[in-house]
Amino acid sequence: MPAAALPEVEIQQGQTVDDGGFGFRSGGRDESRGRGRPEVPVNSYRLGLWFGLGAILMLFVAFTSAYIYRQGLSFDWQPLSPLPILWFNTAVLVLSSLTFEGARRALRHDLTTSFGRWLGVTTLLGVTFLVGQYMAWAQLAARGVFLGTNPHSSFFYLLTATHAVHLLGGVLALGYVMKGSLHQKYTSRSCTAVEVTAVYWHFMDGLWIYLFLLLFLWR
Amino acid sequence: MAEATHAVHMHHAPKGFIRKYIFSTDHKVIGIQYYFLALFSVVLGMLLSVLFRLHLAWPNANWDLLGKLFPTGMAGGLMTPEFYLSLVTMHGTLMVFFVLTTAPQGGFGNYFLPIQIGADDMAFPVLNMLSFWITFVALGVMVMALFAVGGAPLSGWTAYPPLSALGKISGPGEGLGQTLWIISLAIFCVGSLLGALNFITTTLNLRAKGMTLTRMPLTVWAWFTTSILSLLAFPVLLAGGILLVLDRVGGTSFFIPAGLVVNEQLVNHSGGSPLLWQHLFWFFGHPEVYIAILPGMGVASQLLATFSRKPVFGYKAMFSAMLAIGFLGFFVWGHHMFISGMSPYSAVAFSLLTLSIGVPSAIKTFNWLGTLWRGKIEFTSAMLFAIGFVSVFVTGGVSGIFLGQTSLDLYLHDTYFVVGHFHMIMGVAAIFGIFGATYYWFPKMFGRMMNEPLGKIHFWFTFVGVNAIFFPMHIMGVAGHPRRYSDASNFNYLSSMHPLHQFMTVAAIVTATAQLFFLLNFFWSLWKGRKAEMNPWNATTLEWTVPSPPPHDNFGGKLPVVRHGPYEYSVPGAKQDFIMQDSEETVSKTA
Repeated sequence: MPAAALPEVEIQQGQTVDDGGFGFRSGGRDESRGRGRPEVPVNSYRLGLWFGLGAILMLFVAFTSAYIYRQGLSFDWQPLSPLPILWFNTAVLVLSSLTFEGARRALRHDLTTSFGRWLGVTTLLGVTFLVGQYMAWAQLAARGVFLGTNPHSSFFYLLTATHAVHLLGGVLALGYVMKGSLHQKYTSRSCTAVEVTAVYWHFMDGLWIYLFLLLFLWR
Repeated sequence: MAEATHAVHMHHAPKGFIRKYIFSTDHKVIGIQYYFLALFSVVLGMLLSVLFRLHLAWPNANWDLLGKLFPTGMAGGLMTPEFYLSLVTMHGTLMVFFVLTTAPQGGFGNYFLPIQIGADDMAFPVLNMLSFWITFVALGVMVMALFAVGGAPLSGWTAYPPLSALGKISGPGEGLGQTLWIISLAIFCVGSLLGALNFITTTLNLRAKGMTLTRMPLTVWAWFTTSILSLLAFPVLLAGGILLVLDRVGGTSFFIPAGLVVNEQLVNHSGGSPLLWQHLFWFFGHPEVYIAILPGMGVASQLLATFSRKPVFGYKAMFSAMLAIGFLGFFVWGHHMFISGMSPYSAVAFSLLTLSIGVPSAIKTFNWLGTLWRGKIEFTSAMLFAIGFVSVFVTGGVSGIFLGQTSLDLYLHDTYFVVGHFHMIMGVAAIFGIFGATYYWFPKMFGRMMNEPLGKIHFWFTFVGVNAIFFPMHIMGVAGHPRRYSDASNFNYLSSMHPLHQFMTVAAIVTATAQLFFLLNFFWSLWKGRKAEMNPWNATTLEWTVPSPPPHDNFGGKLPVVRHGPYEYSVPGAKQDFIMQDSEETVSKTA
């Protein structure tokens, strides 16, 4: 997630871009402004994020195909049933997406204090989810179910861990945005980092729901 | 020629050695870093191959000096079969990942993609720096694997389980060395992914005014297509790598079947499938072939046009063919697994899809020939390598048509025919692309010309040499010589082919020695070469509108405006026989 400092660029509402062919913007930077560097085109970060999500998606597509293949082949598949805490974690993560939307709505109306507050709640929910996932692991381990116990538990640990690592990236990005919001860095017209983090966060939320369904419906 | 020609270094370049040359965010410095990383890897990889070729030719000879260098692998100067396999594994891995994937894309792509599209840097310079340093760490881990306690990995560059998944019990080199091998590749995947999304975003978003997609040089199209392949293929290798590591150290059984007895020990795993690895690996592995060779195709197009003084024949067909090759490349992985046990119906589908890649490949080949046709050809070293590229691409491509057919593959699989095929198409063709690009862009990158006579000597030795090494492999393969045997002299039916082994080894030593011409030329020219002008080849693309080497921000503060296509050579009615992409010259189409 955004490791570099994101230059905040104003999004012009209804701005038209020079279509350079095939529907993509053909570097419509205005020559008269001299050096192009200060305004990194605003959608570079969004575009970069979408391609990054594409790569993450491919990773989980590969895991999914391995999951289905391994399950279809074997005689040693012993499906786990969803622990109650996983339902709780799922609810927490869905709620965090909603609170993130609350933050974005506040920012759209330039209510910066409220924006910061919603962000704080979102980050807290994100951390709660991670702690909850850890507790799920601990509960399984207490029952004697480990990574290598059976193929389904292997996939459970693998998928939850890989998702958690990616979600941790989202939490760090949220921390970055929170830090910016303390310095009143974002406004309704200058919020690339917020937007990019939001897309990533919702993606992680959706990904978790998918993994939850895969793990406990496709057993 | 436009405003950018008088570029001055007016933009704040980073101060201090470390920020400027080590942790630089300048795409040009990063490109050169990638290039030197590949240069180190290619020298190491080549030396390893000479070692195992020596063993193949003279399996019982005593190499005392090597015995001192590798006290376990060559105890008493005699190479063990395990050490032979380690050398093959490390050669393949270094070459495929750290040479063929880094130099054409990370090296030249980084350096020239932004300049060719008229941008002052990549979209995410910090990410770019990270990509390089992550790749560097991956190389470090791979070199550690070479010297790992218990022996270097020996599972081949494809690392097929179950042996690669079991750890020490499956023999020397399967312990720490193999684990480090997988970890290195996982790190490499991350670096490549960051690089790929940077390339894609840069191409889509940072093009200069007027640089429409259909005015992009074919090199840019090639890097762009390659990046899409990387973005979709490397995550799958990463997934496979994670599963393999977990099988080794986490006690899981993704790839390890039940009831496996290895070295007289029953393995405590159950239910996994070695085929699953093959699916994951080759879903990555086949696109990887195109990741290695597509940039070479772009370079060949660029060079053939420049040195024939003609537009690329069928520009749109050329980039469409690259996209088609990239697209089809994701549906053919099964052709690596024809004898792994597969439904014949799937095999037919994979076979047909594989053969269909011949169509865009043929389009490209004929268009390259069409570009040369009636051109005013200048046989520079760069041009020779571009023509050489087309030649070895055809040789390697035609043998690919053989292997793509299930009935033939059943026989040829795991023979030297396959080794000859993939070295021609993936190794030699891609390396020729790298050499061509080096001779062509060296003046721009380092501000000095390379020596032409030395370059030509290098080309002829290399071209004849690689054919002498790899062509006999096809014959041996048809005659049934299996690959991966460290010593074939014990087998009666193979002994008649032994002189060929010796011939190939001599050819390999000569070819490897001839690379000294290149290294000498490279480093001599770096300091002593003739100063390069801005546009020594009278080429048209944007990198030739800026000084050699270009200033920190490429265009000296004023981004170019593009008014012409990338290959406007010998336009009737034009002032010169080329029109730069940013030229304000207009030539009436009816002239």
